[in-house]
Amino acid sequence: MPLLEIKNLQIEFGAGVRAVRAVDGVSLSLEAGKTLCLVGESGSGKSITALSIAKLVPSPPARYVGGEILLEGLDVLKMSSSELRDVRGGLVSYVFQEPGASLNPVFRVGAQIKESLQYHRPEAANDTEVIRLLKLVGISAPESRMRNYPHEMSGGMQQRVMIAMALASQPKLLVADEPTTALDVTIQAQIIELLSDLRLKLGMAVLFITHNLGILGDLADNVAVMYAGQIVERGTMREVLQRPIHPYTRSLIQSVPALDIEVERLTAIPGTVPLSGAFPSGCRFHPRCPIAQPACSSRMPDLADVPNGRAVRCPFWDSSGNARTTSRKA
Amino acid sequence: MNLLAIENLKVHFPVRQPFIGRAKEFVHAVDDVNFTIAAGETVGLVGESGCGKTTLGRAAIKLIEPTSGRIVFDGEEIGALSGAELRARRRRFQMVFQDPYGSLDPRLTVADIIGEALEIHGLASGATERRRRVEVLLKQVGLDSSHASRLPHQFSGGQRQRIGIARALAVEPRLIVCDEPVSALDVSVQAQIINLLQDLQREHGIAYLFVAHDLAVVKHISRRILVMYLGRIVESGEAKSLCRSPKHPYTQALLSAVPVVDPDSKRQRILLAGDVPSPIHPPGGCPFHPRCPIAEARCKTEVPALRELEPGHLAACHLATAETGGQ
Repeated sequence: MPLLEIKNLQIEFGAGVRAVRAVDGVSLSLEAGKTLCLVGESGSGKSITALSIAKLVPSPPARYVGGEILLEGLDVLKMSSSELRDVRGGLVSYVFQEPGASLNPVFRVGAQIKESLQYHRPEAANDTEVIRLLKLVGISAPESRMRNYPHEMSGGMQQRVMIAMALASQPKLLVADEPTTALDVTIQAQIIELLSDLRLKLGMAVLFITHNLGILGDLADNVAVMYAGQIVERGTMREVLQRPIHPYTRSLIQSVPALDIEVERLTAIPGTVPLSGAFPSGCRFHPRCPIAQPACSSRMPDLADVPNGRAVRCPFWDSSGNARTTSRKA
Repeated sequence: MNLLAIENLKVHFPVRQPFIGRAKEFVHAVDDVNFTIAAGETVGLVGESGCGKTTLGRAAIKLIEPTSGRIVFDGEEIGALSGAELRARRRRFQMVFQDPYGSLDPRLTVADIIGEALEIHGLASGATERRRRVEVLLKQVGLDSSHASRLPHQFSGGQRQRIGIARALAVEPRLIVCDEPVSALDVSVQAQIINLLQDLQREHGIAYLFVAHDLAVVKHISRRILVMYLGRIVESGEAKSLCRSPKHPYTQALLSAVPVVDPDSKRQRILLAGDVPSPIHPPGGCPFHPRCPIAEARCKTEVPALRELEPGHLAACHLATAETGGQ
């Protein structure tokens, strides 16, 4: 049984005719101890999907209109509020994008970690455990650092504190929602290294959310690419990065400049990410798609299984080799 | 001839201003920086947050008053100018800001945002002429002339950045300082803006000082790159050779931190320990030595000077030689 299984999740905002379906039929599964990366641009619904795992998207305004979210076989969407309290920050912990905004500025970081311990492991709510957690996330001199206020720390250090706080409950699933986006590239590399280290050391599953395909490195086992509230491509990390088959994934990879490849001009994806509520008819990517056919604007393609355990939401998917080399030369 | 020449530029900010008397401590945001930009050229400026790259970009066009040093624009020293004299020169150097949400007045229409620049510099006589020029500018940056009457909140981040570029273009500048113009944008839109900047450069011969922390983006757009650390330029050179064989250990670490899509690319990662030190009390000797993987005893005491190791390729490191570098 997978640790997390999301089946056909549908989340709407607003009511009646103006209802906006931000997440539309997302299905994912994550085994214990594995890493899944959810990739997509702003507005693709990736954060809403991630937050819904602990039912953290407040309802109202959101409405969970369909689907199931099974955590160790139990449906989160049917849980009572006391059951949810055990899941939140317990079985599932979150690390968010802006550590500066997630930490309380008026409490010392040690006290904030201890608060998390008090909720989930009251027997371990002491300085020794706080110091152990800070050490675990690579903070030097934790005895003095635990007495710092968040503003006395740099962004990278704050993010380490956030991770320590998330680990306090010994979660089985760590959801990291763009944990490195607000950080410098050098610090980003440190945090990714830390996460991949911790996952091996603690054997927890990680759901990693990002808009940058490049940062995954060897962190992720599997990748799911989201566009406009739907999953458009799914597969192992290696397969998806080396042989992306959905035109959106391919364009996404090509639009990022690389150090080792010289190009005169970047391949940009024309237009903008559609807003939820204003999704185009048919395939939602068709107005920006380089290989769109007339049929694409009328019929929404299904997420179809293709060889090597992959799935793609495009009937015209291209199986030919590496995205960069093949289409860049063209 | 150089369009912009920066000589020994320093920007120091006072900290802990005492009640009476003079400030005792200073943030050395920019410390003794020299560089030039030729007409129509793109120079990239990279470094981590807090290294002073934004301050340098702003001080180079006098948006921040430098503490000392010379700024020569088009053969004329502008460092000492102020008031109306400076304002008249500003037409020649413009800026595009990082945050497209914070840099446009939310209560002005697009036509007013762009038109204001035309008005200040007296470039459009009458409302019809102004409207016509705004429409031309919108078209140049890939927007529709019907967008002129809209307000900033009706646009996406990428579109707002286009408006910011149109506003800078309005006064026909010869230099635009782009301060992290794509950092706040989605990757698919980033490429559009980079392509737009390059197209505009080809058409109008505009020079850019392109400030960013992503070396891959900077390398793509720049002819030359300056690498900044704690207020100083630690390496500079032609973009390709700097990325192919970086001399300074800091540049090597920055390059190795650039994300690579291909999971099989076996690149050596140099993880930098710790953060950028405080610029109020920069470390003695080489400012990079506490984080440097190859630091020696003398790095703690002697400040390394920028040395030319290969033609046009300079680095400030005691241990760098023409052979060092490469990944």
